[in-house]
Amino acid sequence: MQKEYKTITEISGPLVFAEVDEPIGYDEIVEIETPNGSIRRGQILETSSSAVAIQVFEGTSGIDKNSSVRFLGETLQMDLTEDLLGRVLSGAGDPIDGGPPIEPELQRPIVGSAINPYSREYPQEFIQTGVSAVDGMNTLIRGQKLPLFSASGLPHNDLALQVARQATVPEEGDGDDGDDTEFAVIFAAMGITQEEANEFMDDFERTGALERSVVFMNLADDPAVERIVTPRLALTTAEYLAFEQDYHVLTIMTDMTNYCEALREIGAAREEVPGRRGYPGYMYTDLASLYERAGRIKGQEGSITQLPILTMPSEDITHPIPDLTGYITEGQIIVDGALNSQGVEPPVDVLPSLSRLMDDGIGEGFTREDHGDVADQLYAAYAEGNDLRDLVNIVGREALSERDNRYLDFADRFEEEFIQQGFDTNREIEGTLSIGWDLLSMLPPEELNRVDEEFIETYYREDERAEVEAEA
Amino acid sequence: MSKATDTDVQEDGLIESVSGPVVTAADLDARMNDVVYVGDEGLMGEVIEIEGSETTIQVYEETSGISPGQPVESTDAPLSVDLGPGMLDTIYDGVQRPLDVLEEQMDSAFLDRGVDAPGIDLEQTWEFTAEVEPGDEVEAGDIVGTVPETPSIDHKVMVPPDSEGGEVVRAESGEFDVEETIVKLDTGEEVSMHQEWPVREARPADEKQTPTTPLVSGQRILDGLFPLAKGGAAAIPGPFGSGKTVTQQQLAKWADADIVIYVGCGERGNEMTEVIDDFPELEDPTTGNALMDRTCLIANTSNMPVAARESCVYTGITIAEYFRDMGYDVALMADSTSRWAEAMREISARLEEMPGEEGYPAYLAARLSEFYERSGYFKNSNGTEGSVSVIGAVSPPGGDFSEPVTQNTLRIVKTFWALDADLAERRHFPAINWNESYSLYRDQLDPWFEENVNDEWSTTRQWAIDTLDEEDELQEIVQLVGKDALPEDQQLTLEVARYLREAWLQQDAFNDVDTYCEPAKTSGIVSAIKSFNDEAFDALDAGVPVEEITSVEALPRLNRIAVQEEWESYIEELEGDIAEQTRELY
Ligand SMILES: Nc1ncnc2c1ncn2[C@@H]1O[C@H](COP(=O)(O)OP(=O)(O)OP(=O)(O)O)[C@@H](O)[C@H]1O
Ligand SMILES: [Mg+2]
Repeated sequence: MQKEYKTITEISGPLVFAEVDEPIGYDEIVEIETPNGSIRRGQILETSSSAVAIQVFEGTSGIDKNSSVRFLGETLQMDLTEDLLGRVLSGAGDPIDGGPPIEPELQRPIVGSAINPYSREYPQEFIQTGVSAVDGMNTLIRGQKLPLFSASGLPHNDLALQVARQATVPEEGDGDDGDDTEFAVIFAAMGITQEEANEFMDDFERTGALERSVVFMNLADDPAVERIVTPRLALTTAEYLAFEQDYHVLTIMTDMTNYCEALREIGAAREEVPGRRGYPGYMYTDLASLYERAGRIKGQEGSITQLPILTMPSEDITHPIPDLTGYITEGQIIVDGALNSQGVEPPVDVLPSLSRLMDDGIGEGFTREDHGDVADQLYAAYAEGNDLRDLVNIVGREALSERDNRYLDFADRFEEEFIQQGFDTNREIEGTLSIGWDLLSMLPPEELNRVDEEFIETYYREDERAEVEAEA
Repeated sequence: MSKATDTDVQEDGLIESVSGPVVTAADLDARMNDVVYVGDEGLMGEVIEIEGSETTIQVYEETSGISPGQPVESTDAPLSVDLGPGMLDTIYDGVQRPLDVLEEQMDSAFLDRGVDAPGIDLEQTWEFTAEVEPGDEVEAGDIVGTVPETPSIDHKVMVPPDSEGGEVVRAESGEFDVEETIVKLDTGEEVSMHQEWPVREARPADEKQTPTTPLVSGQRILDGLFPLAKGGAAAIPGPFGSGKTVTQQQLAKWADADIVIYVGCGERGNEMTEVIDDFPELEDPTTGNALMDRTCLIANTSNMPVAARESCVYTGITIAEYFRDMGYDVALMADSTSRWAEAMREISARLEEMPGEEGYPAYLAARLSEFYERSGYFKNSNGTEGSVSVIGAVSPPGGDFSEPVTQNTLRIVKTFWALDADLAERRHFPAINWNESYSLYRDQLDPWFEENVNDEWSTTRQWAIDTLDEEDELQEIVQLVGKDALPEDQQLTLEVARYLREAWLQQDAFNDVDTYCEPAKTSGIVSAIKSFNDEAFDALDAGVPVEEITSVEALPRLNRIAVQEEWESYIEELEGDIAEQTRELY
């Protein structure tokens, strides 16, 4: 039915150029058959009346000028059905779990369409992750996109898994069927190692989460260009489950750094003028086309919450990958090397971390009336204590005022008691806030200028203060 | 822009090639910047280059599946906006399609392609009151009548800027839709409420004046230290998460402009939703009406087509100029101009133009200054005065201000609000760095503040600046030797400066009271801190140790003034208490 072309003129990196004599649509899928019969899929990057540029997902090795090219006349689609839950697919969307083939209920183009901003519903529901550094200081909201900024060798996966395991949305009333608040998890792996993949899969299997998950696996030794489609397949699935099947979906995408490397590789092969540090100038737009596929829609039950993970090259937050991500996502959680060496679990540095949707999702009716003030005050006090650490290294504790010493102690205890909790502890928000008050009560009440006086009255712990005074 | 209003569409070209948002067509008979419809689905595009028989088009919608050989039609009209009543309380995309209408027509929450809608409702009728009579002479720009558009705003219907003018032969009050003739001239020209104007061309105005009135923002650090003038231009650069959007939204909420145009350019969808949700509920502090009644939103979020991102700032500024022509003070926020610049870069790269600095096209600086030049305080040709103030957010990669967009912007704007990641990390908001920021309007606005707020406005401010400067110098020493090693008077200065930072410069956008601070309160807080300062130094001179002074019980209440609704009596009592308690020490 489709015409076959044996007109390849050039093969360069992940790209193949071919001549054509009929109009080929931009973005459409292509199949290339090598002389030994293997089939590679690709996508049209550029089309003109006489030639096309094709980006090949599965790598170009083995393709030669005698390979034949077929144009399928449609853009890349994802096969969708609720039965995807519990399945493990390759990074290109094919089942790899030995299960039956997917019988699609419908298909959707994987590039997706932008959500009309007018149709969005502003995300406001508090997700309790049971992690104080998140719940207390950088609250995750249903429908938010909140990445983990980490570095290789740090336990970001443990944190992501802890969040996936523990995340619930406290329902009003008794909520005896906890079912509604449970998330369906979409897991998109891009270029991670087999070992890391096992970490996730073992946890999913151990906790039974797999049943409510769809896994897309592109591993380190899988083709790099495939990583361009993996998150799009995952997000198309997420949109289907959220907005057509009413699920609350938590999408974990790891490692976005590998995704961006693949993008850079294609850019280089096209001989584009590179942007900052060799990454394409359109990387912001490209990343946005993934991250913006999160949120809530008016009148719809379901939601998509995104938890992308990226490893910052040399822990540099100004590197284009974390930088452009931070400009798009609604905050970031920083996994920090220094805290990790101190043995803090999870090693979250709250100061550069941020949840932009926090302000509207906490407080009375959501978490607790004093939450916002407590978080602000903890931030201010920890920042002050943390600043003093440099000074203390120079002049010593004795040269500092009593006030300064108290802030130093505060910073230490904040890390040891508030942030530190272990990857298996699930803290209720009440518990998190109460540790917060224990710590704030180290400081005299008049220092708590971010906290409403009423809340100081209710929650301030005179006994803690007395203890600290006695020690001093 | 509306296909709906353009009738004579003719088929004339064929697509040659497609590469993302850039399409080339052969044999298209179109002029530069003409709007064209591309492909079988009629995607909207604009001509951006003509070379021989080949025309290059940037397409405002997704181009997936579009192939060579499909038709291209020209509208023979440049990219324009529809102007008339019905633009306020509306949210548009980057080419002025109302997003609520698109939702309805597409019957989906997701944006589809090939759907068009006029920028203003062509069927809705409005109550027009004529202000001219037969026999009156009118010229281009003259106001011929008004329409109550929203509870806040009377829409002034004007003779189009390109009209020859003439004598009014008919002028009717009554209910009309925007296309009907409401005034007829002896030249035969018929004036309706609907105008169109090409977005890339500034609307004409008589002359630009030196602005002398502040755009009062209700934000202490802005009004108090770095004020913007009505008709001025400001840039607000900062790394991600430092507070550009919150500041822009604060201005959109509380600035004393008549009209607010908020352009979300390549940023987050949820931020636009937040505005749509919040603004109808919030009251304009001057008129008491819903804020949405004076607001027009333009949203091209980061995942919407990149070419429409390039055009959205022009759509915004053209609408702003139109309201300026009516004699209104308009404030336009563009968040973020960096995304606009990146859209230019992306299109330019597809055109294989010679790249300039960091890949941006060589015309980046020119485009930026053309845009900011459209701000200003103007004398309009119809005798009214109106202004367009522009506040542009800048998102420098890695937060490094030395990059081309920040640098080129700073060469043009006179107000610079530098956001600082360090301040944001310690949750000092707004995270505007008081050492780096500046406003060149300060001196020309002082008389206004002195007349309307406090006659010591500039002297108190200078005292605050000096104190903060001194703190900055002292901090460097403290970093080496600790605070206790400083002489007592310097320790006291540090304490006073801390109150300036915490009680005055910090302002919580999310606190119901603190979110808006009238200039008198801004001035009241700094005066309260200054009176503490004066009391404290008297006590120090009298030999009271600094610890005792800074432990005065009333002092922490300085930090609570900001959240008091009854701040006047609160300050009065507090100043009294501080004076009394300090004097008791000696
Ligand atoms: N005036 C303020 N009062 C209280 N909180 C603020 C204020 N300004 C900023 N913030 C806090 O900082 C966060 C980030 O601010 P904002 O979203 O404006 O950053 P941004 O500079 O626009 O970042 P991006 O470039 O990524 O869009 C907010 O979500 C809010 O928590
Ligand atoms: Mg922003």
